[in-house]
Parts: sequence; C-alpha cells; structure tokens
Amino acid sequence: MSGTFVGMPSFPRAAKEAVHNKTLRGNLRHATHTIRDKRAKAVAELADWAELREAGKQIKDHTLRHLDRYLLQLEDRVAAAGGTVHWAADADEANRIVTDLVRATGETEVVKVKSMATQEIGLNEALEAEGIAAYETDLAELIVQLGDDRPSHILVPAIHRNRGEIRDIFRTKMGDWGRAAPKGLSDTPADLAEAARLHLREKFLRAKVGISGANFMVAETGTLVVFESEGNGRMCLTLPETLISVVGIEKVVPTWRDLEVFLQTLPRSSTAERMNPYTSTWTGTADGDGPRTFHLVLLDNGRTDTLADEVGRQALRCIRCSACLNVCPVYERAGGHAYGSVYPGPIGAILSPQLRGIQSEIDASLPYASSLCGACYEVCPVAIDIPEVLVHLRERVADQGGKGHRLEKAAMKAAGWVLDHPGVLGAGERVASKTRKLHPSKLPGAGAWTRSRELPEMPAEPFRDWWKKNRGESGTTPNTEGKKP
Amino acid sequence: MSTSPAAGPGPGPDSASGAAPGSASGSGSGSRERILAKVRAAVADAPDAPEVTRGYLDTHTPDAGMVDLLAENLADYRAVVHRTDSAGLTELLMRLLAEHGSRTVLVPPGLPPSWLAAADPTRIHDREASTAAELDEVDSVVTGCAVAIAETGTIVLDGSPDQGRRRISLIPDHHICVVRAPEQVVASVPRALPRLDPTRPLTWISGPSATSDIELDRVEGVHGPRTLEVVLVED
Amino acid sequence: MRVALFVTCVNDAVYPSTGIATVRLLERLGVEVDFPEAQTCCGQPQYNTGYRAETEPLVRRTAAAFEGYEYVVTPSGSCAAMVRQHYPKIGDASAASLATRTYELTEFLVDVLGVTDVGAYFPHTVTYHPSCHGLRLLGLGDRPRRLLEAVEGLELRELPGADECCGFGGTFAVKNSDVSTAMGQDKVSNAVSTGADVLCGADNSCLMHIGGVLRREEAPLRALHLADILASTREEPLV
Repeated sequence: MSGTFVGMPSFPRAAKEAVHNKTLRGNLRHATHTIRDKRAKAVAELADWAELREAGKQIKDHTLRHLDRYLLQLEDRVAAAGGTVHWAADADEANRIVTDLVRATGETEVVKVKSMATQEIGLNEALEAEGIAAYETDLAELIVQLGDDRPSHILVPAIHRNRGEIRDIFRTKMGDWGRAAPKGLSDTPADLAEAARLHLREKFLRAKVGISGANFMVAETGTLVVFESEGNGRMCLTLPETLISVVGIEKVVPTWRDLEVFLQTLPRSSTAERMNPYTSTWTGTADGDGPRTFHLVLLDNGRTDTLADEVGRQALRCIRCSACLNVCPVYERAGGHAYGSVYPGPIGAILSPQLRGIQSEIDASLPYASSLCGACYEVCPVAIDIPEVLVHLRERVADQGGKGHRLEKAAMKAAGWVLDHPGVLGAGERVASKTRKLHPSKLPGAGAWTRSRELPEMPAEPFRDWWKKNRGESGTTPNTEGKKP
Repeated sequence: MSTSPAAGPGPGPDSASGAAPGSASGSGSGSRERILAKVRAAVADAPDAPEVTRGYLDTHTPDAGMVDLLAENLADYRAVVHRTDSAGLTELLMRLLAEHGSRTVLVPPGLPPSWLAAADPTRIHDREASTAAELDEVDSVVTGCAVAIAETGTIVLDGSPDQGRRRISLIPDHHICVVRAPEQVVASVPRALPRLDPTRPLTWISGPSATSDIELDRVEGVHGPRTLEVVLVED
Repeated sequence: MRVALFVTCVNDAVYPSTGIATVRLLERLGVEVDFPEAQTCCGQPQYNTGYRAETEPLVRRTAAAFEGYEYVVTPSGSCAAMVRQHYPKIGDASAASLATRTYELTEFLVDVLGVTDVGAYFPHTVTYHPSCHGLRLLGLGDRPRRLLEAVEGLELRELPGADECCGFGGTFAVKNSDVSTAMGQDKVSNAVSTGADVLCGADNSCLMHIGGVLRREEAPLRALHLADILASTREEPLV
C-alpha cells in the first residue's frame, strides 16, 4: 500500500497539482462547505459555546501541565480494572509492542477502528510486514485502504473522493479483500454504505483481535472513550477477545466530569451533530461483556518534544475534531495529501513539524501553508491559536536557515535597514515612482506574483512627498524622528 | 515495558515518585521512565495551569419541556419514537415486533417479563456462550436504558440486567429501547454523567448508526442497528 | 481633535491615494491630521514570515514615531491588528501603549467620532470584502458596511463567501502562489457574480492581490479602498 508520506515534496509543489485538479477541487469544495454551514448551526444552538470552549482549553492546559501525574493515575486505574499498560517512546516501539501482542494471540488478522495514532505510526504496514492483515472498518478508511490511497482528512479520510469514484473502488477492489461488492452497485451513499456493511460483517463476526485508538482517557477512573458513527467502533471494541488501544499521551483528561465538556463540543465541531450516533466508554475489562484481554499502549512519538515548546505545546490540546480543516481556505484548495502527513490542514501544519521536527522539506514548508486568515482559531473548540503557532514555527524554520531562508533573511535584514531610515525609504520610493514607466510588466524574480496577477501601477509620488508638498509647510508640525508632537 | 494488572496499587495522583506500580514486569525498555522524565522536564518552567473554571451551563433546557425535547431530538436523528404508558407497553412492543416481521428477539436477563408478555417472536436469551454469528441471525432486541439525554437525543446503556451485554444491542438490525419518563430522562450531558457509573461499559446511542463519510452527507444505517425505536413510557 | 495618520508602508509607496483620501476624509470631519514622518513599516511582513529579530527595531521605531498621540489612525485592518495584537508581546511599554491608542479607520469613524454618514457621494454598485485581520483580529463587524450604506448614491451588493480569505496573506502570496491565486480567483468570481462595479476593501495589501487577479482576468470591476470611496463627495467625486 502506498500509505506512506516519506519523501513528500514541499507543500507548495504538492499543492500545485491539487489546485489544478478540477474533480478534487469540486469534491473538497462541496464537502467542506456542506459541513461548514452545518457546524455553524450546531454550535449556535448552545448559548454557552464560548464558555465550553474556554473550559475545554483549561482542562487540556491543566492536564498538560501535570501530565506525569495524570498518566500515572491512569496507568494505575487501568491496571486495577484488569488492563495492561505499555509505554512506547516512538512509532517503532509502539509497532513492536502491538505486533508482539497480536502474535501472542496466534491470530493473523485484526479489525481496526479508525485511529489517528495508529495511522501516525504506520501500524498497518508494520503488521503487514509480520504477516498480520489489518482491516480498516471505518467507511472512509475502508475506501482509502481498498483504493491503495492515503488519508486526506482527519474525520473523513476519503473526503477527496466523490460517490462515483467510491463506487468504482468498491466494484473493483472489494473482492480482493473479502466479500465482493453487490452486482450493479449504484453510487448512492445509502447503497455504498450497505455494500460496506455486507463486506465488513463477516470480518467483524470472526474477529479475535480489535485495535483502536481513543478520543479521551479518564485518569481518575481509567476509562477510555471512543466517539464514532457507524457502529464499526462498537464491533471492534466489543466482539473480539483481545482489544489493543494505541493512544497518544496527551489524550488523558483528569476527571469523569471533564467529559461533559467534550461530549458537547466534539460532536458539534466534528460531524456537526448534537451527538454522534455512538460513543463507547470502557474501563479495563468487564466480566462476560466484551474483550477478556485489554492492552493500552501509551504513545509519545514526539509529543514530549512538543510539550517542551512553550508556544507550540497548545497543539497538544487538539481533540481531532477537524473543524479547522473544514473552514480552511488553503485546505479546501490544496487538499489533504499536500500536507504530507496523516494530520492535514491547519492543525497538521502545526502538529506535523512539531511531532516530526522541521528537518525535512515538507515539514519545513508546512508552517508557511497558511495565509494566517484565522478562520481555524475561530472554530477550534479548544482555542488553539493556530496562526500564533504557525508564526512561531516560521521563526524556527527561518533560524534553521537552509533552502531559500538564507537569502530571505538577508533580504529581510536589508529591508529592515531601509525601513529604519525613512530618508532612504523615501528616496527609494521616489526612484520607483520616477522610473515607473520603465518597469517591465513582469519584473524578473517576481514570477511567483506575476504568473497569475498583475503588479500594481506605481504612483507618481509616494504619500510622504504629497504630504510634504500639501501639508508639511502648513499648520501641523511633522514629528520627523519620533519627537513628541 | 508493561505493567501487569496483577501489580499492586500504584502511586496515586499526587505521587511524585513515578515508580512503576508494584515495579511490574520491569524488563521493559525503560520507555516509561524516559517518557515521564521528558514530560517533567518539558513543563518544569511552564506557568501554572489552575483548576478549570466551569462557566458553562449545567443545562440549556427547562425540566418541563425535557421529555418532549428528547422525543424531538431522537426523531431528528431518525430514531422512531413512540409514547405510551405502562399499561400500553406490552401491546405496543408486541405490535412493533410484529410490524418489523421479527421471528426472534434477544432478551436481556433482567428485562421485566411483562414487557414481552404478548410478543410473538421466539425469545433468545443473552448468554456469554453465544457466538457473534448466532446473534447475527436474531431479528430484534428489546432493552431498557440507564439514562436518556433530552438535549442531544441520546440513550445510554450501562449493561444493567434490563440491558444486557453490549453486543446484543449492536448485532441485531432492529433495536427497541424502553425509556421510563421522566425518571430516566435528564436535560443535558452535564446532568447525565453523575448518574452513570464509569466502571461499567457504557454505550451512548443517538439515533441509528450513520455515516457522513461520502461527501459529508449523512446516511443512516451502517453497521449498528439500522432501525432504532425508542419507547417513552410516561405514567 | 488631533490624530496621527499611520499611513502604512504599502499605502505610502504604492497607494498614496488612499493616504490622501484618509487625510481629506478626516479633515472634512473636523479632525486635525498629523503625519509623523519617522514612521515606515509596522514590521508585520517580517514578523509573520518568522523574522522576529528583524521586527523588533521596526516596532521600536513605530512606537517612538507615534509617541504622545492620543489617537493613531490607520487605513489598514491588518497593520492595526499587528500593532494591537503583537506589539505588546514584542515591544516595550511604549509599544504596548501604542496598541491601546491605534484605531483602524472604520473603528475611529464609528466608535470615536460616532459617525456613519460621512457625507460621501459615490454613485456606483459596490460589494465589500472584509479582510481577515479586520474581521477576525479586530472584530470590525458591521462598521464598514454601515459606513458604505450611508454613502449617497451607493448600492451595496452582498458578496458571496465574504468572510473567506482572498489568499493574499503577505509572503504567502508568493511562497504558495498557486493556492493564493486559486483563492484570489474564487474571490474574484464571487465578486463578479454580484454584478457590482467596485470591489471595496479596507486593506490595500489584500486589494493589491485581488486587484492583480481582477486585471489579469480582465474582470468587469475594479478594486478600491473604503477610504477612497468615503472621501468622494458631490463636489469632488471619485470617478
């Protein structure tokens, strides 16, 4: 499967292709605009949205500040409830732990609930390498898996596909993985959902091992929580004998009561519903109900590095609702694949470079994949100031230097010097104005601008000259070098 | 590394030690200690993050309109809502099962026997030994619930004797859930949590299973029961 | 009342007409305008591109240039937002103080002067694009709209998708020119769909981008700053 992001080109190059793909642009536009309006309505139903948002932010900040304490409490409660807790410093270690656990069961296939953490660590590929087949059971994940594709959205990984494309994937690929698509399958969403139901049912019914992530983990009770819609989550969480949950360490919240905030903000931000169809909570194992064996793998994989950054750590508040993707004008046009990570969109642009570091070309380009319009911050249910973190990460990229940034820094320094000398600035402006007739319509080096846009016409004189001539001599005293008026 | 469930009680929330609970397996990679050490170093100089200010509302709904709102919100997400009283419940359940054409119905161990006294389908009991494939042959399931939430149109099952194991309300394609109103109904999510026991496995259900995975259009009916009927019993 | 005009570097060098319009408008409303010539650039391009060290001298310079003025007025939501949002954390007390004294033009007109009818005349159909920083960072709300609605002869048309970014975003416009252009083209198609003659905005940097797309695509409307429209009168109409 091509579900890897290694060696991705930088964002602008990857986005260029997407921007010119008419089908993709249409699919993304339709989907994001649909959900945008619905979310706004769902949020408007709650008069105390601002307070819920603030409480969500504070719960997460408080947890992160005392993360060691809450992780230990969680570990203790999960163990007391019959679960086993594992700690994984990175993707390799997490994959090794899970692979060993599956192998110990003697099984060669597992069913999976959609989980960002397992995508982040490339668990399916790691299992495959060990001869274990991992079946994705979320409808969109199934579409991605059957289509040998990559996810392009946090909530709806197949958002880049329209119904016709999905029907074609089901028709040609389902048979390779199990029960084939029904004959004469139409492209109505209801028929496509029915095809997925039939295809996956046999897998659910025989599954012995389930793998999940979790949206939240409650420290005081050891409870894990999974929000979902289709019932595939319930199937994976309750039918197998063994359940393995891989969860990022930042997913812990202190108290059971804290869920009252996120049970209100997550569904409305995510699927724009008052409540998603199914939410499952479980604490260790339960007698005679559900898996007899439960393993929790706590994943770091760059999270502690992110936590150490005083501006960037707020990204760890993220509850993966994807509201920021749905309102982002850049995401809408570039699509999810351009972000070169399982975390696309605005949150991906601040999360990936922090989890993975800024050394690669794609990660160094992600902080610039935004016009800083602020729509993401506005809708974030835990108030992550994404533009603030983007600018902060740009500083880190610029400091690192490297391709393009050394020249840029020199230019910034030169411009800074001119801008610190108003006399020189005025002279420069005058030269630009005087020579305006001579400017070629396409300035060399300005290609990135002029390929698609005209340059403005230079005025006859800068404002400061007009001022000198028309107002400078009269009543007011120009405050030339910052003296008090 | 792993900490086994057999290990003794570990440090509580206020422990600063970070020693493995009961020094469990101990043969691990040391990642646990490394991660905890990195966490502590990362936030050592961070500003204090005080306890949470809960400025949000406890409810958005007056108690008087609660049951009507529950019915409205359940229906909005395509659950079929019926309202009756205790006297009418037995007959209503008989009728709903007959209308669905059910020949078999799953019955949790503690379901009040009177509920299905008039129903025709063969009762299948909720047993640990049943296989998922066997349950897949059953047409319907009837359960009670732990609590219902008006503002979100949600019913919550907690595995009590009148609800049974989680899988019985999942595998059959038709789920009838009986809610005693207003006793089991709360207005809001903040009012539901204190009534639920987190040590029990909980299933929060808001309408039949659905997906928005195709063009972000909502379609009802995927893996969970495609028909959810909720009976509000008011006396 | 006396105010300092913070014209912004883009208006100074490229759009002096907007600076002049702002001066004429304010003077018409009885405000005495100063132009402290020590001002250059607020430092936003440097700051938003990740050059904080290069931003700091500009913050100091700007803060010094406007010291002592009770009101500093600027015809740019973006530059006003830079000062208001970021100066307190980048600069010293003087920079923090400037943040409290800086007003975007429509804020100054509506909140400080308390006017919405500025006596302007502009007999054209206009659609308004609220730039992101004015919209989200300053919360300008309906101020620009109220000012436009009071202009004699002006017919205001609703811009579809008005609150979506036009795609300028400073250096974003060149670093990610394909996405930036796609956003600009969508903004232009929305503007064209209104049938308006003029696309009005309150930030010339955004208008430089939108206008550049408009002209390249030979779209049947032009981009104009709100100040240019508000300065237009029956006696001295902007054509």
